[in-house]
Amino acid sequence: MITKRIIPCLDVRDGRVVKGTNFLNLQDVSDPVKLAANYSAAGADELVFYDITASAEGRKLFTGILKKVAETVFIPLTVGGGINTVEDFDRVLKCGADKVSVNSGAIRRPELIREAAEVYGSQCVVLSVDVKRVGESFHVFSHGGRVDTGLEALSWICKGVELGAGEVVLNSIDTDGVKQGFDLEMLKAVNALVSVPVIASGGAGCIEDFVSLFQEIPELSAGLAASIFHFGQVQIPELKMRLRENGILVR
Amino acid sequence: MIAIIDYGVGNLFSLQSSLKLIEAEAVVTRDEKQIREADRIILPGVGAFGDAVKKLKDTGMFGLLREEADRGKPMLGICLGMQLLFDRSLEYGVHEGLGLIKGEVRPIAPVIPAGLDVPHMGWNSLRFPDKLPRSPIFKSLSEGDFVYFVHSYAGFDCEAACTATSDYGIPLTAAVQRENVYGTQFHPEKSGDTGLRILKEFASL
Repeated sequence: MITKRIIPCLDVRDGRVVKGTNFLNLQDVSDPVKLAANYSAAGADELVFYDITASAEGRKLFTGILKKVAETVFIPLTVGGGINTVEDFDRVLKCGADKVSVNSGAIRRPELIREAAEVYGSQCVVLSVDVKRVGESFHVFSHGGRVDTGLEALSWICKGVELGAGEVVLNSIDTDGVKQGFDLEMLKAVNALVSVPVIASGGAGCIEDFVSLFQEIPELSAGLAASIFHFGQVQIPELKMRLRENGILVR
Repeated sequence: MIAIIDYGVGNLFSLQSSLKLIEAEAVVTRDEKQIREADRIILPGVGAFGDAVKKLKDTGMFGLLREEADRGKPMLGICLGMQLLFDRSLEYGVHEGLGLIKGEVRPIAPVIPAGLDVPHMGWNSLRFPDKLPRSPIFKSLSEGDFVYFVHSYAGFDCEAACTATSDYGIPLTAAVQRENVYGTQFHPEKSGDTGLRILKEFASL
């Protein structure tokens, strides 16, 4: 049977992984290529790279890194950050990305999802959404979670899937960085709504948070996190062992 | 030399890199002479079936691939490339395939249990059918080894050729073989060490 996926996320700026990394017994831990190889060896099921570089020069550096990762790591790679056109898809797919995640670019121009899905297939298009509670409802935020777009999140996600997104990464701004666990309420609402795989993001602080994620929402496909992996607070082999002990299928 | 068939879109970078790592010489090509001279062929592919068939026909490779398969050249179809080996597909209309594997490609959504996501995406384990001998490309694998899948359609009515299945509520066709023609629904180039071992076996057939 299909297994639950554990996905480390690497934010890359000007060729380096940011958020600080503190892996034990590793040299130069902010080198994305080395970090990717380490995660792959530790049993990560996929990797997500966000290019948070602003300059064109930095973008070239990023595709160079992507190529190096794809030459050494043979697990699925998702790339996001600054994806606004089908040409942007082309640029990262040629460097070894398997899936491309869209966020602000799709909010500005939802047709981007359809255009990309028509050329590369739905399996290639990941809709990444930053969501925060506003009053009684969930709102989509842009600009790295700083600007309320006013879009109602559940209807935006439905629209994105209808347009052709083959997977949804739901990042809860409310739980992100708090390390008190994933946003189960929000995830349940989204998961009940769409039939494509949903990836939980934001809030994981310890192994138990992943256990309760998959116990509370057994249909959920994957859990994503960044700093707890980078800082070594959660080691992937141990995480997978504990999931297995709790009857959750992992590779 | 392995000819990786180039008929348009898709991430061929990982496939090329994985072949480089196992020291198998490969070239991405749509050139008839190069394809005829290659000692093996890999037919990759993502995207839609009908579109892929059209591109193969437009470039003259549709007939060429059939000929090379009939001549006994080892051929490996990956993902959509595997589906293209079948008689036909029902993806957005009815499309004729290469007809190298008996069977039909159909959507998985109507036949899997309700509540399971489509596409079938992620790492799933392989089961090898008892009644068939182990396919040579899976020689070094063990029952239950994990490989990476991404697909919404699958091969059906192909029991005679089905060399591996994966359980997604029901057993789905994970791999097929008829003599020199091989296909994997999963991506060996994205399946870590297990995938590299499969490619290595194919490269040394």
